[in-house]
Amino acid sequence: MSVYNQNRGGIIQIIIGIIFTLIIGQLISLQIFSNKYRLAADNNAVYRKIIYPDRGIIYDRKKKALLENTISYDLVVIPNEAKEVDTAMLCEILKIDKVEFGKRMIEAIIKNTRVKASTFEAFLSAEVYAQLNENLYRFPGFTLSERSIRSYPYNTAAHVLGYVAEVDVNFLQKHEQDGYEMGDYAGMTGLERFYEPILMGQRGVNRFLRDNKGKIQGAFEKGIYDTVAIAGRNIFTSMDVEVQQLAEKLLQHKIGSAVAINPKTGGIIAMASSPGYNPNLLTGNQRRKTIGRLLLDTARPIYNRAIKGQYPPGSTFKPLGALIALDEGLITPSYGYNCRGTYGACGDPRKCEHHNPGHASTLQLALANSCNSYFLQIFRMAIDNPEYHNAKVGYLKWKEYVNAFGLGRKLGIDLPSENRASIPDTAQYNRDFGGAKYWNSCYMLTLGIGQDRMTATPLQLANAMAFLANDGFYYTPHFVDSIENQDEEDNAMLEKYKIKNEVTKIAKQYFEIIKEGMHDVTVMGTASMIKVPGHEFCAKTGTAQNPHGKNHSLFVCFAPKENPTIAVAVVVENAGFGATWAGPIAGLMMEKYLNDTLTKESKIKAENLSNVDLMPAAIKSWYVRNNKTEMLTAIEYSNDAIADAWDMEMLSEIAPVKKIMDTAKKMDSLPKAIPPTKPIPPSRKNKDSAIDPLNKKKKATAKKNVKL
Amino acid sequence: MSNYNNNNFSKGTDFAVILLYMIMVAIGILCIFMVEYNPNLNWSNSFLTAKTNYSKQIYFALFCALIAIFILLMDSKVFTAFANILYVLGILLMLATFVLGKNINGSKSWIPIAGGFNLQPAELCKIFTALILAKFISKPETDFSKLKSHLIAGIMIILPAILSVMQHELGLALVYSAFIFAMYREGLPPLILVFLLSFAILVIATLLLDPTLLSIIITVIAGLFILNLIKKFKRNKKAILVIIAIWGICFGTIRYTVPYIFNNVFECYQSTRIYSMMGKEYDCSKNVKSAKLSVNKKSAKKPDDYNVKQSKIAIGSGGFWGRGFLKGTQTRGKYVPAQHTDFIFTSLGEAFGFVGTFTFLILYLFFLFRLIRIAERQRSTFSRVYAYSVVGIFFFHIAVNICMTIGLFPVVGIPLPLISYGGSSLLTFTVLIFVLLRLDADRQMVLR
Repeated sequence: MSVYNQNRGGIIQIIIGIIFTLIIGQLISLQIFSNKYRLAADNNAVYRKIIYPDRGIIYDRKKKALLENTISYDLVVIPNEAKEVDTAMLCEILKIDKVEFGKRMIEAIIKNTRVKASTFEAFLSAEVYAQLNENLYRFPGFTLSERSIRSYPYNTAAHVLGYVAEVDVNFLQKHEQDGYEMGDYAGMTGLERFYEPILMGQRGVNRFLRDNKGKIQGAFEKGIYDTVAIAGRNIFTSMDVEVQQLAEKLLQHKIGSAVAINPKTGGIIAMASSPGYNPNLLTGNQRRKTIGRLLLDTARPIYNRAIKGQYPPGSTFKPLGALIALDEGLITPSYGYNCRGTYGACGDPRKCEHHNPGHASTLQLALANSCNSYFLQIFRMAIDNPEYHNAKVGYLKWKEYVNAFGLGRKLGIDLPSENRASIPDTAQYNRDFGGAKYWNSCYMLTLGIGQDRMTATPLQLANAMAFLANDGFYYTPHFVDSIENQDEEDNAMLEKYKIKNEVTKIAKQYFEIIKEGMHDVTVMGTASMIKVPGHEFCAKTGTAQNPHGKNHSLFVCFAPKENPTIAVAVVVENAGFGATWAGPIAGLMMEKYLNDTLTKESKIKAENLSNVDLMPAAIKSWYVRNNKTEMLTAIEYSNDAIADAWDMEMLSEIAPVKKIMDTAKKMDSLPKAIPPTKPIPPSRKNKDSAIDPLNKKKKATAKKNVKL
Repeated sequence: MSNYNNNNFSKGTDFAVILLYMIMVAIGILCIFMVEYNPNLNWSNSFLTAKTNYSKQIYFALFCALIAIFILLMDSKVFTAFANILYVLGILLMLATFVLGKNINGSKSWIPIAGGFNLQPAELCKIFTALILAKFISKPETDFSKLKSHLIAGIMIILPAILSVMQHELGLALVYSAFIFAMYREGLPPLILVFLLSFAILVIATLLLDPTLLSIIITVIAGLFILNLIKKFKRNKKAILVIIAIWGICFGTIRYTVPYIFNNVFECYQSTRIYSMMGKEYDCSKNVKSAKLSVNKKSAKKPDDYNVKQSKIAIGSGGFWGRGFLKGTQTRGKYVPAQHTDFIFTSLGEAFGFVGTFTFLILYLFFLFRLIRIAERQRSTFSRVYAYSVVGIFFFHIAVNICMTIGLFPVVGIPLPLISYGGSSLLTFTVLIFVLLRLDADRQMVLR
């Protein structure tokens, strides 16, 4: 009887076997093939308390702290413990209503669950902090947590220093290996970003075991995974906070940029970009209010024009052009060009500012007088160099030189997102003019005087000056000289700033000639009204045409003439003549750096200059339309007296010998007083940018009014 | 035959099972210890103080050992003789809970007895049901190939199950379905199993798919069958009627039975659990019981899949090798609710990983197969039916318990045999096994 149905015992075994296999299958999938549960378990139970080290401080060359750390407090809440809170009082202190209170609580719960701490209000003001601290016992579940934030005692160098902000999802994706997490702060721009690993230090993490009610049970695994916080290291820069402040001050109410480099080291002394903003506006609770506004501002105050702004160098390129011609053996220093006020070799006459014969009878004179014809001629000679048989090869050679001077490529400064600006490639011309055989030196003639499609950043211009000052080499411009407790890795990082970029083998005597010419500029040439008390210096002015509006005012220089220690490039957008605006700014910066102080007259001059408003009308009207003031300028100066303005009339003509500081006028006469440069008619402007070989003639006429 | 081995339990007793039993109980105590472990307390002292669950479990185990010895010393005829009375007693006890019942964890199925211990009659009733089923089937006048016998057996099984449902012990009630194993072994037509399986599939499909869509699908299938039949047999009225009847049952299940069960029989939380298993949400406002309940009190609970989620995290975080003895963070942080009872498997899974769980399952599989082997070597139907009942009960407990901890089955409160904390449960399984061992020792005897 018992054998009856016996095979069913087997079937039951099979059923049991199947179910067990199913269970084992699920266990394999849970325990072996998915690691999300391990993460979930850690997320549940391991409470990571992160100890943020102090960020490193950034110092200038005189060991003045450009930025510091200060303590700020956040109000933190654990929703589960927040019971019987005196909501009314809390709302009153924080100046929020109960609806907002509820909203924030829900946000906190969504973000970090009920049992974990979330920030309820970040960056409490001192006053609110005091009130909360006093009454904290009324708000169970709320705590005040400390946080270190940046402050900027000199209110300066916002673009260079950059800012620190909470990391976002993008940042986390990019830095997956670096162990950042939500809620962390990291350098987002400038030096803060470039030297983030050094400044950040190393966060300490203490792991605790937490139970289901959020209570800490003790150290996780007896603390074997805990790490100690290591403070961020300080960095020492070559900046000079006073020169920096002066540069920013002088660029107030203007759009432009100034860069000063020490040619001996490549260390950047100052780098200003205007309009700027007060870096203190981007820390703590200020940030939320300011950042949107800064980003939307039409004058782009966050944009660092010193490394990103692309300007046609204009006449400031002329010394470099001359250097190429000399080195290629096309001219000798005594080479002269008989300029009668126009350059007509390419058919369409180009204007030169000077008519008197002999103003370009030697290179030195041509430089001092900034003779357009002369430099157009030597540019053509370089391109059509018989040695290369072909304009294209000639052009490439010329481009090689220019690139070697640091133009048209990234220099490798220790700031993120540097722009390479542009030295056009032959490919561009081939495309535009229909092939290599269709163009010659006449087609890009104005490259010779820093126009056409040539652009450079103020940093590149300053670097080119450092290159001239050093007689043929430069150090990659950089801010950081040394790092606290510098180790091998840091040495490797800073190594490239110690290398001489000896890119050309141009004979030293050629540099001497160029320097003499540039010195003449400051004595009897276009910049003769700019003086640096106690120092001879070399300079070149530039007034660059730009298709979008008034000419840019440019000025490049280095000082002292012998053994230079500072090279400066200044660009003031849409301001007019180089010697009028950019020149004095550069002059004052050199004076400040070399003499450590300004003379009394210079101080007045600086004050006046800083008050001159050269903002383009379009931007001003934007401010009016959007009901904003331009109060975001970096430095709070004492504008006690309405200072005297410059005599604009005097500057409207190129008058090298005239002293421009003598006469002054009231500020209110300023807007009218801006020298009326010949505006380019709109139709011409368009054709200027339109690229068509047939339009070459018209283009050429448009370029006629190149000055300086 | 009975003369020489009646009182000598070492003869004929299956020591492999006893060994496995002891290993299981030891693993259970270990698991409970892992759950309760607190590094701040001196655990060596607390082992014997009966203040912690693991030390209580040790006392339970010692008590169970005494009972086991006692059972092995008994005469196996006792079990056949008292089967009916015990069953009636069990039913009475269960009824008594409605009067004497003490509310533990929301179910009123416990009767308080002396010394702070509580007895759960529903647990004991499993044994009695197994005995009476064995007794009934083994009776010479019972012909288990007849539908009548099936129905009688079914009533015997369903009666305590219904009582359990009334005590809000759905899990315990479900366990009674485990007797299908024994009945199947004794000749229950496989068609019934197929039928039950189809019904289960239909219910799951109802939960997964939109009822309207499912009705349409069923109707279309039925229609196709009829069309097919018309072509083949011209006029096969009987077959068409059968198809229509099946269609009717399916349709009724989809439209009325399933919603009725979920809205009227199950508690809101049970429906929610089952729905959440399927990845759906259950609307409690439809539930009759919760409607009554919500008048009295508002219930604020953790999300219903919290248990399963935490349990899966615990097991999953174990990985291949486990996190190590006493190192599981889910266990240490008490993230898994009811971890020492229904979710005890998680502590094992977390601490010892796949290696641990696999070994454990193989051990249990070996245990079950050993029991089946014992069952098949019985000469008497009584012993065999009883043995298969034990196999069924154990298997059902293990499968449902583990499946619910790993998210393959909705959460119903049934313990993991011999492992979960709890005196009643340990006692029940001990008695189940040792009665079987007693019967097995007398396997040469034909019991009625």
